[in-house]
Amino acid sequence: MGRRVVITGIGVVAPGGVGVKDFWSLLSDGRTATRGITFFDPTPFRSRVAAEVDFDPEALGLSPQEIRRMDRAAQFAVVTAAEALAGSGLETADLDPYRTGVTVGSAVGATMGLDQEYRVTSDGGRLDLNDHRYAVPHLYDFFVPSSFASEVAWSTGAEGPATVVSTGCTSGLDSVGYAAELIREGSVDVMIAGATDAPISPITVACFDAIKATTSRNDDPEHASRPFDNSRNGFVLGEGSAMFVLEEYEAAKARGAHIYCEIAGYATRSNAFHMTGLRPEGLEMAEAIRQALDEARMNPDEIDYVNAHGSGTKQNDRHETAAVKRTLGEHAYRTPMSSIKSMVGHSLGAIGSIEIAASALAIENNLVPPTANLHEPDPQCDLDYVPLKAREWTTDAVLSVGSGFGGFQSAMVLRRAS
Amino acid sequence: MTTSVVVTGIGVTAPNGLGTDAFWAATRAGESGIGPVKRFDATGYPAKLAGEVPGFEATDHLPSRLIPQTDHMTRLALVAADWALADAGVALDQWQQFDMGVITASSSGGFEFGQNELQKLWAKGGQYVSAYQSFAWFYAVNTGQISIRNGMQGPSGVVVSDQAGGLDALAQARRQIRKGTRLIVSGGVDGSICPWGWIAQVAAGRLTGSEDPDKAYRPFAADADGYVPGEGGALLILEDAESARERGARVYGEIAGYAATFDPKPGSGREPGLKRAIEAALADAGVTAADIDVVFADAAAVPDLDRAEAEAIGAVFGPRGVPVTAPKTMTGRLYSGAASLDTAAALLSIRDGVIPPTTNVAPAPEYDLDLVVDGPRTAPVATALVLARGYGGFNSAMVVRKAAK
Repeated sequence: MGRRVVITGIGVVAPGGVGVKDFWSLLSDGRTATRGITFFDPTPFRSRVAAEVDFDPEALGLSPQEIRRMDRAAQFAVVTAAEALAGSGLETADLDPYRTGVTVGSAVGATMGLDQEYRVTSDGGRLDLNDHRYAVPHLYDFFVPSSFASEVAWSTGAEGPATVVSTGCTSGLDSVGYAAELIREGSVDVMIAGATDAPISPITVACFDAIKATTSRNDDPEHASRPFDNSRNGFVLGEGSAMFVLEEYEAAKARGAHIYCEIAGYATRSNAFHMTGLRPEGLEMAEAIRQALDEARMNPDEIDYVNAHGSGTKQNDRHETAAVKRTLGEHAYRTPMSSIKSMVGHSLGAIGSIEIAASALAIENNLVPPTANLHEPDPQCDLDYVPLKAREWTTDAVLSVGSGFGGFQSAMVLRRAS
Repeated sequence: MTTSVVVTGIGVTAPNGLGTDAFWAATRAGESGIGPVKRFDATGYPAKLAGEVPGFEATDHLPSRLIPQTDHMTRLALVAADWALADAGVALDQWQQFDMGVITASSSGGFEFGQNELQKLWAKGGQYVSAYQSFAWFYAVNTGQISIRNGMQGPSGVVVSDQAGGLDALAQARRQIRKGTRLIVSGGVDGSICPWGWIAQVAAGRLTGSEDPDKAYRPFAADADGYVPGEGGALLILEDAESARERGARVYGEIAGYAATFDPKPGSGREPGLKRAIEAALADAGVTAADIDVVFADAAAVPDLDRAEAEAIGAVFGPRGVPVTAPKTMTGRLYSGAASLDTAAALLSIRDGVIPPTTNVAPAPEYDLDLVVDGPRTAPVATALVLARGYGGFNSAMVVRKAAK
């Protein structure tokens, strides 16, 4: 048996909860953090609901210069990496910089910074030729989201391999999957890995408006994210980050680390069908699930909880319900499956990692978070989606799935380490 | 026994040649594709030169329905992928879809597309933003579009580590092949030659202000003053060596070794990471410095970065210990497209026994490099090292070698 990979530290910045404790409290209470957009005047837009984070970077330890230099998404990642590292019991001085790497998932990079700087340098879109004299000196750091990985590497002292993984809405799963592979192959012993996105900007809202992917339930923002509910009509844009400390299992055990769970299996497949569309059969997500289970050497009936992608679009909810039935068979009907996007919205590239955090905490607490706002399920979605209330549930193994623009379908199996 | 991973196809869209043959003929001959920016009026900016891909008409190669939904760099990437697959002799209908994946590098996504939609948003209103904006700008676009066009459902991915990403993508492709996927389309094709992308690149302070294409981009020269950006890159077909042999594929060479590091935080006084990346890549390939026949340098043309690279090469190979070249002096720096294009050039060097030149550079003696500057150098090349670095401190190194018979 080769090297095994475990999670020993978690950091979360999510709507309704900065820090792991507040995040888990939101989920276990089944509260929602979706509200009307406040970052800008949303009046001209079709969808005016979002899940915003109440985030004070200075109070969380970032210096004024770091705050100026970093896009909001980079700030999130630095904060969650610090929480993960502190919680892992590893000090920066304990880390061998050469054996420590970084992966940060992000779907849309420094969108807020770019939207703002575009507006300034083009004088509100009036100039065809942007005026470089009005550009901020760190504009290149917004231009390339790889700056997110740089910032996390600098803040944690990692000098091993570093990269951003950007596969749309599966970035958060794929970043952690990528990191786990680096530890398994022996390139590194520790990875600071996870994802971040802060996409609540006019350009993002406009682009999802254009394809009616986001909800128009503007009169009821607190109940607007309704995965699997018959009345759903699109997802609610969110923001946030989760970062983890991943370690090789024997090393973590030897130092007496608290181990949340093992990353037992991971796989990704593509639907090769459409940049935004899904085929209802869910064949490619099913293949990713099968491969992840295979890597974990587990049978489908060993899965205790499915952490759904559950974005709250009709095509997604049906697609993944089909994929889970296809792989778990009869066991799918006995297995709770919930979507935390009902509470924290859909933070694009970040959400996959935030969902890994929720999955790890479900194992830690033997508690399955609910799907909020689920009152009347879509008749085509007939699994146990844990409506409204969290459930005490022996949870030793979790399947977390994600699906994204570009056709990406990813699956990860997390298991109580023993 | 670890699976050996080989390159069986190359597709190139480069500023000095559209298509592998045109690129390689120009590169061997020292012909540059750098000139004044044509895609927009750059005369008012502090940087005025670029490497633009010549003679590319997207509709000559792609169905018209793809045009409104793609950025220029995605069109280049789709065509490079088509050519790489054709070069590898892959008949898609004879392959299982889950056996083929796509792993590309990106740096800034479809930035020109994004500029146009941002302008519509701010000048006219949100309702004018294209339905394609949600995926035409984002970093995963080339992987997604290539997978759809070719029906590839296997493991796919996208890495973003600025210019180092091209090697990181090839390494991730190698990992997936070692885990059991037969074929991966990998590498990078990039480009943000538009006003909005231009000012972001200008802001970093690394572009040359020179207006003379023959004197602009001079890495390792004593008076290097920055680089010229370009567009394009290369996509490669990576396969399990055994599987490639069974289908009788022509093999360019093997992806033999790889490593990546990140530089310490500026001001820490710690040693930069490139040397470690080189040493680890050599170890991964099971070779020593003496086995390397040529180094394709990152060649930033920024004095501090040139010095750091020269010192790393010197520390591993000794003073003037290995031929070093930078054919990107003929294309400009292509961001995520650069390293896969250098890997393609390295494989063609192996095939033809010729090292392409570094143009326009009088090497600074203090760097003590054996820079290949006076035309192409004929030499047997069995093993090559490719280096790539990204803004902020990304270092990647890859060893490619002639495949075992």
